[in-house]
Amino acid sequence: MIFLRLIWSYLKIGLFGFGGGYAMLALIENEIVGSGWITEQMFTDIVAVSQMTPGPIGINSATYIGYVAPMHSSPMFASPLWGIIGSLVCTLAVVIPSYLLVIKAAHLISRHKESAVVKGIFTGLRPVVVGLIASAALLLMNSANFGTSPYQLTASIAICVAAFVAVYFIKIHPILVICAAGVIGLIIF
Amino acid sequence: MMKSLLVQLFITFFKIGAFTFGGGWAMISIIEKEIVDKHGWLEREEFLDLLAVAQSLPGILAVNISAVVGDRLYGRKGSVCASLGTILPSFLIILAIAIFLTPDIIKNNPVVSRIFMGIRPAVVALIVAPVISAAKAAKLNIRTALIPVAVALLIWSKLPVVSNPIIYIVAGALGGWYVFSRAQKAAGDRKGGEL
Repeated sequence: MIFLRLIWSYLKIGLFGFGGGYAMLALIENEIVGSGWITEQMFTDIVAVSQMTPGPIGINSATYIGYVAPMHSSPMFASPLWGIIGSLVCTLAVVIPSYLLVIKAAHLISRHKESAVVKGIFTGLRPVVVGLIASAALLLMNSANFGTSPYQLTASIAICVAAFVAVYFIKIHPILVICAAGVIGLIIF
Repeated sequence: MMKSLLVQLFITFFKIGAFTFGGGWAMISIIEKEIVDKHGWLEREEFLDLLAVAQSLPGILAVNISAVVGDRLYGRKGSVCASLGTILPSFLIILAIAIFLTPDIIKNNPVVSRIFMGIRPAVVALIVAPVISAAKAAKLNIRTALIPVAVALLIWSKLPVVSNPIIYIVAGALGGWYVFSRAQKAAGDRKGGEL
């Protein structure tokens, strides 16, 4: 049953999602795209939509994937009502593990936040988080996103490099970069 | 009076959820402004303590900080109101987008599909940028730089078992704990020897 499996996946994403939204993408990609519920392209599109709308990327992706995955998995769930149910359960599932920890463990952690255990854990996680974000970027560098024809591939690489320069060096807001890339896509493809 | 605090909590976090682009860290500074400076519900130091707690927990940072602040101000009910306020705007906006911008439209509408062909390579660039910032913040040296390289390549390999990110999150946490507690014990022993 797709809904139970979605809930299980999002509980895991919520419980192991350290290092912020981008690091979480590696988990989402592994759980959701790996299960074949959505395609690589749909995953990239969800990241794009998340960037352009307010709110945390974790919530945005849970809501969108929860809506799309049931329909994509079986014609039985083609009705939008199933999509809305999927959105609700995924969003709740991604929030619940940390919510329960906040309620149960907040006092414990605030007492021990200077302790070697907590510090050690986060020092150990830091290089892993870098790897997680890098893997999300690597996983998205594929023919589904860059195209296969020489023309589309060349144009896509040019857009990617230009977007990187714009965001990282010129510090242009990501939303503006996405909008510009969309306009360029409309003109050149 | 108390009930109105709950409503105010919900409205404050709803506004933050509805108008903050860019996720976790962009939200933190606005939450701090609203909670500490505007409403005076918490002292700055208290807020920073709660932020440290929210950061140490897994999951979505913005939701964690809302829940901890709500919990501190009004217990269980406060944490529910504050986190619902943060979640609800993105949930409703994305649901509306999902209903109208279905994968079929993105694929088959000639205009929309070309727009997304341009957007996808740019999204990849948006994820490469935080790799570099996170790598700088982690202060990697030649030896520790091998960890993210190995983690990224193994996840990318899509091989069974080793491509699961959860393995590396658990290993990183346990490894960090082990190394740190050993270093502390060694420091303790040295101190003991001097005495």
